[in-house]
Amino acid sequence: MEKTIAGFTFDVNEEGFLTNFSQWNKEIGTALATEQNISLTPKHWEVIDYIQQEVKHQSPLTIRKIGKSGVTDIKEFYALFPNAPLKTATKIAGVPKPVGCI
Amino acid sequence: MKRIVILGAGTAGTMMANHLKHELDLKLWEIDIIDEREEHHYQPGYLFLPFDIYSPEDIIKPIKDFIPKGVRLLQEHIERIDGENSIVVLSNGDHLHYDVLIIATGSKIAPEEVDGMAGSEWKKSVFDFYTFEGALALRDKLRTWEGGHLVVHITEMPIKCPVAPLEFAFLADSFFKNKKMRDKVKITYVTPLSGAFTKKKAAEAFGHLLAEKGIEEVDDFAIMEVNNAEKKIVDYGGKEVPFDLLVTVPTNKGDAVLERSGLGDDLNFVPTHKATLQSNQFENIFVIGDASNIPASKAGSVAHFEAEILTENILRYIQGEPLKAEFDGHANCFVETGNGKALLIDFNYTHEPVEGTFPFPGVGPLRLLKESRMNHMGKLAFRWIYWNMLLKGTPIPFVSTKMSEAGKNFD
Repeated sequence: MEKTIAGFTFDVNEEGFLTNFSQWNKEIGTALATEQNISLTPKHWEVIDYIQQEVKHQSPLTIRKIGKSGVTDIKEFYALFPNAPLKTATKIAGVPKPVGCI
Repeated sequence: MKRIVILGAGTAGTMMANHLKHELDLKLWEIDIIDEREEHHYQPGYLFLPFDIYSPEDIIKPIKDFIPKGVRLLQEHIERIDGENSIVVLSNGDHLHYDVLIIATGSKIAPEEVDGMAGSEWKKSVFDFYTFEGALALRDKLRTWEGGHLVVHITEMPIKCPVAPLEFAFLADSFFKNKKMRDKVKITYVTPLSGAFTKKKAAEAFGHLLAEKGIEEVDDFAIMEVNNAEKKIVDYGGKEVPFDLLVTVPTNKGDAVLERSGLGDDLNFVPTHKATLQSNQFENIFVIGDASNIPASKAGSVAHFEAEILTENILRYIQGEPLKAEFDGHANCFVETGNGKALLIDFNYTHEPVEGTFPFPGVGPLRLLKESRMNHMGKLAFRWIYWNMLLKGTPIPFVSTKMSEAGKNFD
């Protein structure tokens, strides 16, 4: 399905995750964050950038991994993206929801 | 004489020993299997031990009874694997050169990964049932427990047998009903996932079952610590769940030998090609069962399906032929739902569990993703199949290595 936000139209799945990363840009990221009541700071962008790089290298994402990334620790990750940080952060970053596994 | 070495004589390693013994010319190949333990445990039985459904004798047999003649069993501790030089170093000082190495060292719980989990309440009001000792201690606790708040908890994924904690919650509901004390017990299911299971359709089915049995579900809970003094678990977001009895599945990790050998990822699981089962680092190292990092369930059925493909690939490898990339992530699991019923799930990398019939399309007799008594009989019969067929590498009738799409209700 399609979603329009901040003047951009892009494809999302039923949970609202972008299905085509090439349609993502920072304005969309900012708007998606606003939907979650998050206003993005430079630290948020650092984490989003890390997530996008990991996905690009097809490396599976976990909360444990983000905690050990050196970019942030788990406590801060929760403070940045409250409740379900991995789900929220990946949605804003325009990448697929982590499979979490199995 | 060439040598193939299998590390670990659990479900996966034992199956590989049996397969390879039949396929390799034993005049040309020596097959060694190394495991320091003496007992083989039927691990699915740990689930039934706390509820006095199985007794220890049902689930323990000597390892050596399942290693075929012609395969050498070494009961030694493995110090390290030297992948560069194709050598396994044992704690007794022996160096064992291999032409092909199969890592089947499984996964283990690591309660020390969470602050306070292995603390003062460990085995008093905080238990695991993923070890024999843990399951037995929990059985003794449940025999006399007078009720309160039972919290069934998963620390983080991946875990061995991802349905086991759900089964534990369902069986606990039945157990307390039978003891006429269900009204004295509140049961809460706490998971780091966003639902009762990782796959959507199954998560819905399991979610309904939890609700039906009056079991509360707490999702998206990433545990930070077990607070022993106040008997509560606390997550990074600040959520708290108090408990009187905590039954947790701690972090699962691969064997420490993989860390010592520089072969594991951050959880000591070995980076492995998900279709060929060859390790990413060394072409003469293969990985089977829970020890790998492939995105399939850590379950005996998965190891069983992998074993057939890995045997073929190892034969190809030693003949210098290209590997056949074909493991599809097939898993087939009975899920106990309590009251003498069970459901069955059958899925792979690309297809999530759905409703339908199994193994005969349209006939059954087993029902996928629906509770039935027949499925429960299947689960109980599986123990016999495990000891008498699965470990010996005998194909299970009508259940194919690759998942079948027939008889299933895909959207």
